Amino acid sequence: MRTLSAPPSHTDINTADRTDYAIYADALVRHFNGSRAVDEVDLRIPPGEIYGFLGPNGAGKSTIVRILCTLLAPTGGSARVAGYDVAGQPGQVRLRIGVALQEAALDPKQTGSELLNLQGRLYGLSGQALSTRLAELGELIELDEALDRQIGSSAGGMQRRLDLAAALVHNPQILFLDEPTTGLDPASRARVWSEIRRLNQQLGMTIFLTTQYLEEADELAHRVGIIDRGRIVAEGTPEELKRSVGTDVVVARVAGEAEAARPLLHAVPSVLSVEAHGNELVISTSSGAEVISPAAVALAGSNLTVRDLTLRTPTLDDVFLELTGTHIERNTTQEVSS
Amino acid sequence: MTAIAGTEKTITTSAPGDVIHASPAGFGRDLTSIAGRALRAVPRDPAAVAPPVFIALFFFVVNIATLKKLTGSHPGFSYTAFEMATAILLGVTGVSRAPALVLDVQTHYLDRLLLTPVRRTAILIGHMTADVAVAAALTIPILVLGIGLGVRFQGGVLGAVLFILLASLWSLAFAGFGYAIALKTGNPAAVNSMFLLFFPFLFLTSSYVPRSQLSGWLDTVAGFNPVTYLLDGLRSLVLGNSWQWGQLGQAVAAIAVVGLISMTMCFAALRGRVKRYSSAR
Repeated sequence: MRTLSAPPSHTDINTADRTDYAIYADALVRHFNGSRAVDEVDLRIPPGEIYGFLGPNGAGKSTIVRILCTLLAPTGGSARVAGYDVAGQPGQVRLRIGVALQEAALDPKQTGSELLNLQGRLYGLSGQALSTRLAELGELIELDEALDRQIGSSAGGMQRRLDLAAALVHNPQILFLDEPTTGLDPASRARVWSEIRRLNQQLGMTIFLTTQYLEEADELAHRVGIIDRGRIVAEGTPEELKRSVGTDVVVARVAGEAEAARPLLHAVPSVLSVEAHGNELVISTSSGAEVISPAAVALAGSNLTVRDLTLRTPTLDDVFLELTGTHIERNTTQEVSS
Repeated sequence: MTAIAGTEKTITTSAPGDVIHASPAGFGRDLTSIAGRALRAVPRDPAAVAPPVFIALFFFVVNIATLKKLTGSHPGFSYTAFEMATAILLGVTGVSRAPALVLDVQTHYLDRLLLTPVRRTAILIGHMTADVAVAAALTIPILVLGIGLGVRFQGGVLGAVLFILLASLWSLAFAGFGYAIALKTGNPAAVNSMFLLFFPFLFLTSSYVPRSQLSGWLDTVAGFNPVTYLLDGLRSLVLGNSWQWGQLGQAVAAIAVVGLISMTMCFAALRGRVKRYSSAR
């Protein structure tokens, strides 16, 4: 794992320190039918942080969320949420977390108000405290008329908001959001982002956010963990992660197998690394302006026809590409369509 | 309560851990909350309750018209009163919120419930409590029709209440099978076909003629069928001239036996489903 904001190693952490973290996981493992969906995952998330968990579909994000939320027991390792062990003290964990799962977990025949009332009652709220809280939530999440309508008749974006409101009824210390904007239109997505920021900035809520969208992790997360095939392959702030692949990225698309041009590009001064994938070359460099012309000359010296040459700043996808050899978005699209 | 000036708007709300103190609500509150939700859903889902009542009323009327003359020659015997017990069982057997529970599994709403501190058994018992109330309500139109056709209860109102209670408890006992299937399979088709289970119980007994008229193997099978004793108990409240404690006791015992089996199955299915979530270590 490439760790850029290094957490202390687990041999250094005693029990008191573990409980100081909002979320602490140590060598977490989960097997499904013999295959490892989660593979020795360590997490150290302090209170008040938005932690983005980025990876393609099937990488193990939702499985980790379900373990941390007490819906699924780990096969190995341990995890503490809000200072309590998820396997040994699930009741204590449930009182302190709010969860919005990947698909809005709602009863379509209840009204929004009935949903939130029931949710509040199950968390021991009643009378004036419950009424006050529901009024706060209606204002905070802007539920408008959805409170009086059957949930099934509300639009997808509003259902997500109701799901989020249900997760917040008991004012949790830690909020888990599993792909909160998947399937939403850009306007609804922007609204959810704004709410997540507001919850974190104004209420100091720790937020564990899984996403397959690069810009979502980039926009929202204080730190990002990149997960692939059940393992965290890199962790750090979005800026740190992007800097790890260079200040700039030059992308060349060629006709034919790009691998042939790799040695030529490696020889160009200021080039930090060159990744070849199919007909694409991704060149990491500390100075894109200096590299782009010599790179074009080097490519012209190969037998490949250059289709386009682009200079841009690195994205988290470049980090994912360098670490796993595949694009996160391509990976996601393939899995969604399969 | 903390007033917060936000960057986009001013909101007044609580910081985490401030003011709101979440705590387990307690079994009674969990139960009433879940039962309340299940009951609120009933009028929004009339397809779950209207067909059983219609079928019960239909067969009640048709069976009386078809068979009354055949049985009418016995002095002091009312075929309408005799048949009302069968109609009631047709109306209340298989009526449960088990299909709604399957929907909760499919929509992941069960996940939302399991993420709260709610007692897992309260989820099931809450649904069942609602079922008893619904079954009791469903007996009313059938009883009203029966009374309109001249049926009278032993002991008056007390007999009617006992009649409704026995029918509702039977409904609950049978509903346990539906919950077991719902929690085990999460499959709505499997739950909806559960009523087929009742067919042998219904026909291999004295549903349409007194047991004295059954013969051979059918009489033998009816002797092992708990519905036989349930029907006898219900009929003792509308056909007899005095309290038939023996028959009522046998009816309660029949419900208890079926209930014991079905409840064992459905609570095992609940444990299995929760275990699937939370204890795979």
